[in-house]
Amino acid sequence: MKKQKKIAYSLILLAVTFVLLFFLEGNKSEYGMAYTVIQKGIILAVVAVSMNLVTGFTGLFSLGQAGFMAIGAYITALFLIPVDNIEGVFYIEPISPTILSMKKAIEAGPAWLQPLIPYIALILGGLAAALCAGLIGIPVLRLKSDYLAIATLGFSEIMRAVISSPQMNRITNGSYGLKKIQGFDSIIQTFCIAAFCIALMILLIRSSYGRAFKAIREDEIAAEAMGINLFRHKELSFIVGSFFSAVSGGMLAMFMRSIDSKTFSISLTYDILLIVVIGGIGSVTGSVIAALLVTMSKEWWLRFFDQPLSIGGVEIPLFRTGFRMVIFSILLMIVVLFYQRGLMGKNEFSWVGLSKACKKLKNKLVKTSKKGGNAHAE
Amino acid sequence: MSISTFLQHALTGVSLGGAYALIAIGYTMVYGILRLINFAHGDIFMMAGYFMIFAMAALPWQIAIPIVCIVTIILGVLIEKVAYKPLRTAPRMSIMISAIGASYLIQNLATYLFTALPRAYPEIPFLKRIFNFGSVSASLVTFITPILTILLSVGLIQLINHSKMGMAMRAVSKDFETAQLMGIKINRVISFTFVIGSFLAAIGSILYFTDRMSVTPFSGTLPGLKCFVAAVLGGIGSIPGAVVGGFAIGICETLLVACGYSTFSDAFTFILLIIVLLFRPTGLFGEKNIDKV
Repeated sequence: MKKQKKIAYSLILLAVTFVLLFFLEGNKSEYGMAYTVIQKGIILAVVAVSMNLVTGFTGLFSLGQAGFMAIGAYITALFLIPVDNIEGVFYIEPISPTILSMKKAIEAGPAWLQPLIPYIALILGGLAAALCAGLIGIPVLRLKSDYLAIATLGFSEIMRAVISSPQMNRITNGSYGLKKIQGFDSIIQTFCIAAFCIALMILLIRSSYGRAFKAIREDEIAAEAMGINLFRHKELSFIVGSFFSAVSGGMLAMFMRSIDSKTFSISLTYDILLIVVIGGIGSVTGSVIAALLVTMSKEWWLRFFDQPLSIGGVEIPLFRTGFRMVIFSILLMIVVLFYQRGLMGKNEFSWVGLSKACKKLKNKLVKTSKKGGNAHAE
Repeated sequence: MSISTFLQHALTGVSLGGAYALIAIGYTMVYGILRLINFAHGDIFMMAGYFMIFAMAALPWQIAIPIVCIVTIILGVLIEKVAYKPLRTAPRMSIMISAIGASYLIQNLATYLFTALPRAYPEIPFLKRIFNFGSVSASLVTFITPILTILLSVGLIQLINHSKMGMAMRAVSKDFETAQLMGIKINRVISFTFVIGSFLAAIGSILYFTDRMSVTPFSGTLPGLKCFVAAVLGGIGSIPGAVVGGFAIGICETLLVACGYSTFSDAFTFILLIIVLLFRPTGLFGEKNIDKV
């Protein structure tokens, strides 16, 4: 396929996406479900790609995503609760005076600063998480696969315990959570932030650092022999992954408008892992597609599993609250056991790949229809 | 803190530690043989709690307990057959994801079948009898737990050191492939490991939940992770290590709660894990193993 053709296709795809997003933005009330679900899918795509960067490309099985997301979410939320609402949110114990005076100073700042605050908040949240990741990475990244998994899982639990502890009441509002967070202006803003983050990660993966990550994933000892500094690259991957996890956590806070420490429990990490596994471990586009697909089917298309269903007056007993999640976990097990490559394996989406897949499908269809035809003739 | 309150908390800690030790043995044995963190183990423990609720609804406890043990064993072996056996030769990460998936499935299944609301755990009147020693009072289960834990682990060590199956287990944990070449039926050994692990998890669950009074689909997650930490602390693969680790974590946790840091008691376990892994990765009783290139 010619390069120009590929670029043209990509531009068309981008244009279609934007038209769709503008359409959704314009008809928010009619397509409320699609609007929220797609927005959530976009946000989860960021964290799924960041997990893929660490797990799929560097081969570090890290389960600390929820913890980093919590850091990002809480910092973003603190920035974005309007000063007028602070008292209503911190009704148990007042907010610490330092934060309050800082917030007042920001709100009194110049007018051009105000629209930038969400971005600053997201970046600061990301930086805080990156700092945490850098610090815990020093001891933790020396560990081997499963120990690393349990240590990062432990870190995420520690983070949650710290956030919900009564000693932190004046900052995180303890177990009561933060509410009345300023949301996104539009779904287009969400999309642009997410696309920017994912593009940065793709650039990192394509750079010489990314090639070093892959070398570490394939064989640590061989990579070290080739002169790759193992610790520095692992640390870099871990820090960048945590940064974007935290950005995504901040976006989640803006999306949900209210967060508490229970939002960032182990099951959130498992949900993200499910997306990464279904999309294919080691494929960015796979993660993005899976994030959208999984979120949409989980929150929207498969909702009917949770509702009682009756066919022809007979109530089918299986359908009730929780059945959807059972179906999802069975799906995950099937993918893990039989389709270990997930949707995309280690491949990325490309127009060439798509046209090949189309041709394959077409050939298959033609063959089966021929077979069917022959059977008829006989 | 006066001496009597300290003693009271220490007793509670030892009892909690006993239950942890029993679960930790399950982790340590599976890890010793399969090199796999059986993430589903905590959920097997939780399911044993639910089985007990249903068994006790219809049967007296003398019959209910063996039934719960058998059903839990079946569940444990089933998980091994479905989620781990097909992936014997797959990369380490896939097996771990499969383990996480199994745990996710059991939790969601439990939420679906029994709802997320806590269910009252049945009382076994005989275990709940209160004893008073001066100002310290405790129920019988508090005393039975550590004794039963030690008896069971001594029995298990005897089994591993002096029976044919135990010898096979030791061989498999030393070298998976060579053991297979020597004619050991790997799958039978692994199943047997899961039988023992699940049996101990069932006993641990009865002792643990009798003190806690209620079960939810998520009440297995944290104890599960803590018991894995206990197994690492004691040296993974070592049964006495798991018992010591279980007791240590149980006692530390109870004392932290007693001092008013209850929210940090979970965090403490993981800080302990990171410290142990940094300074003594083989744990207290673990064997040194050398990485082969």
